[in-house]
Amino acid sequence: MNPWYSVLISLFIVIGLVLIALIGVGSIGLNSLFGVYIPYVAFAVFIIGFIWRVVEWARAPVPFKIPTTGGQGKSLPWMKHEKLDSPFTTGQVIVRMLLEVFLFRSLFRNVKGELRGGPRLTFASSKWLWLFGILFHYSFLTIVLRHLRFFTEPVPQWVQLISSLDGFFEILVPTFFLTDAAFLLAATLLFLRRVVIPQVRYISLPNDYFPLLLILGIGISGILMRQVFHVDLEKVKELAIGLAAFSPTVPKELGSVFYVHLFLVSVLAAYIPWSKIMHAAGVFMSPTRNMANNNRAVRHINPWNYPVKVHTYEEYEDDFRAKMKEVGLPVDKE
Amino acid sequence: MSLEGLPKPENLHIDFEAPQTDWMETPTTFRSGTFSFPAAPKNIKYMGMANPREWSPTEEDWKLPDNWRQIILDGLKERLEKFRSFRLFMDICVRCGACADKCHFFLGGGDPKNMPVLRAELLRSVYRKDYTLAGKILGRMVGARDLDLKVLKEWFYYFYQCTECRRCSLYCPYGIDTAEITMIGRELLNLVGLNINWVQEPVANCFRTGNHLGIPPHGLIDMWEFCVDDIENVTGIRVDLPVNRKGAEILMVTPSGDYFADPGTYTFMGYLMLFHELGLDYTWSTYASEGGNFGLFTSHETIKRLNAKIYAEAKRLGVKWILGGECGHMWRVIHQYMDTMNGPADFLEVPKSPFTGTVFENARSSKMVHITEFTSDLIKHGKLNLDPSRNDKVIATYHDSCNTARAAGLLDEPRYVIKAVCNNFYEMPENTIREETFCCGGGAGLGNDENIEMRMRGGFPRANAVNYVRDEHGVNRLLCMCAIDRATLTALMHYWAPDVEVGGIHELVANALIMKGEDERKTDLRGEPLPGMEDMEEEEDV
Ligand code: HEM
Ligand code: SF4
Ligand code: SF4
Repeated sequence: MNPWYSVLISLFIVIGLVLIALIGVGSIGLNSLFGVYIPYVAFAVFIIGFIWRVVEWARAPVPFKIPTTGGQGKSLPWMKHEKLDSPFTTGQVIVRMLLEVFLFRSLFRNVKGELRGGPRLTFASSKWLWLFGILFHYSFLTIVLRHLRFFTEPVPQWVQLISSLDGFFEILVPTFFLTDAAFLLAATLLFLRRVVIPQVRYISLPNDYFPLLLILGIGISGILMRQVFHVDLEKVKELAIGLAAFSPTVPKELGSVFYVHLFLVSVLAAYIPWSKIMHAAGVFMSPTRNMANNNRAVRHINPWNYPVKVHTYEEYEDDFRAKMKEVGLPVDKE
Repeated sequence: MSLEGLPKPENLHIDFEAPQTDWMETPTTFRSGTFSFPAAPKNIKYMGMANPREWSPTEEDWKLPDNWRQIILDGLKERLEKFRSFRLFMDICVRCGACADKCHFFLGGGDPKNMPVLRAELLRSVYRKDYTLAGKILGRMVGARDLDLKVLKEWFYYFYQCTECRRCSLYCPYGIDTAEITMIGRELLNLVGLNINWVQEPVANCFRTGNHLGIPPHGLIDMWEFCVDDIENVTGIRVDLPVNRKGAEILMVTPSGDYFADPGTYTFMGYLMLFHELGLDYTWSTYASEGGNFGLFTSHETIKRLNAKIYAEAKRLGVKWILGGECGHMWRVIHQYMDTMNGPADFLEVPKSPFTGTVFENARSSKMVHITEFTSDLIKHGKLNLDPSRNDKVIATYHDSCNTARAAGLLDEPRYVIKAVCNNFYEMPENTIREETFCCGGGAGLGNDENIEMRMRGGFPRANAVNYVRDEHGVNRLLCMCAIDRATLTALMHYWAPDVEVGGIHELVANALIMKGEDERKTDLRGEPLPGMEDMEEEEDV
């Protein structure tokens, strides 16, 4: 699919979603649809879909132990074993996984191959994707956690802590959260990377652009609420707590921007289970990462291992007995 | 090998620029030099596999069964249910592109469908169409497409343009292993009789005679005795050649490439000399005369069918444990598949070196030890009398085979051995060695003559690194412990780095090995004069 077409179509869909919320709430006044029913449905789809997908993966067996080894395996006692890259025990596997999940260690390895005249290749470490990725994921995580302050009363200490650390640099009033900036920046960079790097542009599909644009839409609408439209946070909290307690009340005078924000989040939640964002769960189940390189020491069982047709020694000897005897090879049957 | 048709290396056109057309619209052209010839019907028939017939990729009609589409889709479904790896890898790729420039075929050719992510998308797009709701409804919008003949032909071209090296999986943030996808892709292609002769013939031969080359037992004896003669010429010692001997302590299994052609033969001679000098209680087998396993490039079932011989023979001969020779893809099968497929090997004992008493704990279940584990342990314990200066003409570098590196983590054992037997050793640049090693360009059955251009392209990143150490340090020997490498790298060096020779590790071990009662060595195993012996050689010649 033409890349510009893919970007445009994703953009139009996101704009369409914004308009739906604006018209739905602003003109038709479907506040409870957008404030209650859609979020509930979306959240249910998210939970059920997420579990569904994970169960679907979990049901497929792991027939072989196929870790990708990234360093010296455990061998002779005096040989230095790379415990993280070639884990031998479950504990070592867990550490490898934690570093993958929290630090994107494999992505950190990234090197860029460059073609020069001759022809000649050179390789240089390239950490941009890693950097954008880390920035994106951690600001995303912080923002999600910070939202818990709307759903809880009293707000737990650690949620307050996140907010206060984050807003430490009080640039504007009201507090402009540092992560908001980081988040918009990272999502933008990830998006630009996709459009600018020719190879990445070539492999990208509308379903690569869409989630990024949707997330950008969420971020922008969130910041607009905070910095420009000054949505009444007390009212937001009233709605959020009501939703969490399954007795929702829809406060009046919550601006349309809020509903745009909520609607986009709902769409994202419902979209996640059916999209590549499931990598968040999938990474934990990846057999090249979550298995130990102890293949020869601990036998792995394949649940569907079945007998196959082999060529037995007896058949082999039958084929070659005379010749074997001629050259003095011992035979089992004279 | 014929390099004649190829442009000179400096004129080989490489371009990373993506084509104007979207990849789904870009047709596959079977250009001579970039694909492998189909399997001969007899080799398919012998294995009882699907659709044996004469056909050619360049012709319109591939003579497929009428219901080929259904066969593939059913096969796809079956494998989605049997392999979590496959199912997961179909679902979680974010198309971040981190793997894109990690594939040697992309780096040496620039064809975007050789970026691992797109190679996988070739199959993923069909999976989406038939197994995801979004794909069914939205089609192209979400990267889904129908499986038609064009797609099938594309699969054949690109799944036989992946050497299953796993380099991509090292860099992928989720460990997506395109080699695994290629393996399953080839399995599917095999269901309708789309396979290549350079894989299928060794498979059929190995099934029948025990080795890839189809050498019958008496032929093996000839070849092996020839090596014994050669050793006698160099050392004056006639080494033992125990074959099919019941009651030996150890069964030795090596790839047939080791005894079939130079420079593998020198490594084979190296084993014979080492074992003789040690007085090892061991045996070769004619039935299990192949460590390599081209089933790895065919289907999981074929791996198992061919691999079964090793344990069966160990049992029949009553050995205690098994030793494996220098080979790459063989070692993936031995390390990652054998015990699961054909184990448990409870009739064997946990391997223990008879000379050092070392128990190979890491092989406690599978009971099979790699020769460099065995030899490095001997050297560490001072059990070998070595004179590395005999290898002083060799300025060596070491190529990690993809499979020993990324599917086993066998990295430092070979280095330890090399450094003990050779005074001049230089590593290639980081990012091209150890777990980041580059493929020789001809693994996974692609090391055939007709595929020569793709091999030279795929091997370019490897050769490029060799050239670097050749220019910096005068490296003249590319060491490897892989039978496929010894063949494919030789051609690769001819093309990209003509003054670099290729050889195995135990060749150098044997050169350096001072054997009891040997004649003064004048030449190495290749018959070339040892350092300081050049004059004597000439005197003799006069
Ligand atoms: C091991 C853990 C993870 C790694 C290595 C990882 C890595 C990545 C990478 C490389 C991208 C691609 C950016 C792009 O170029 O489009 C991405 C996107 C994304 N990830 Fe993660 N991720 C991880 C976990 C998570 C988790 C736990 C979440 C939580 C929901 C998440 C949510 C997302 C989202 C929303 C996107 C952007 C949307 C998109 O581009 O599809 N990821 N991630
Ligand atoms: S690195 Fe992994 S996630 Fe990224 S494009 Fe390649 S296969 Fe997909
Ligand atoms: S396994 Fe190797 S050859 Fe295959 S796609 Fe990955 S990097 Fe390329």
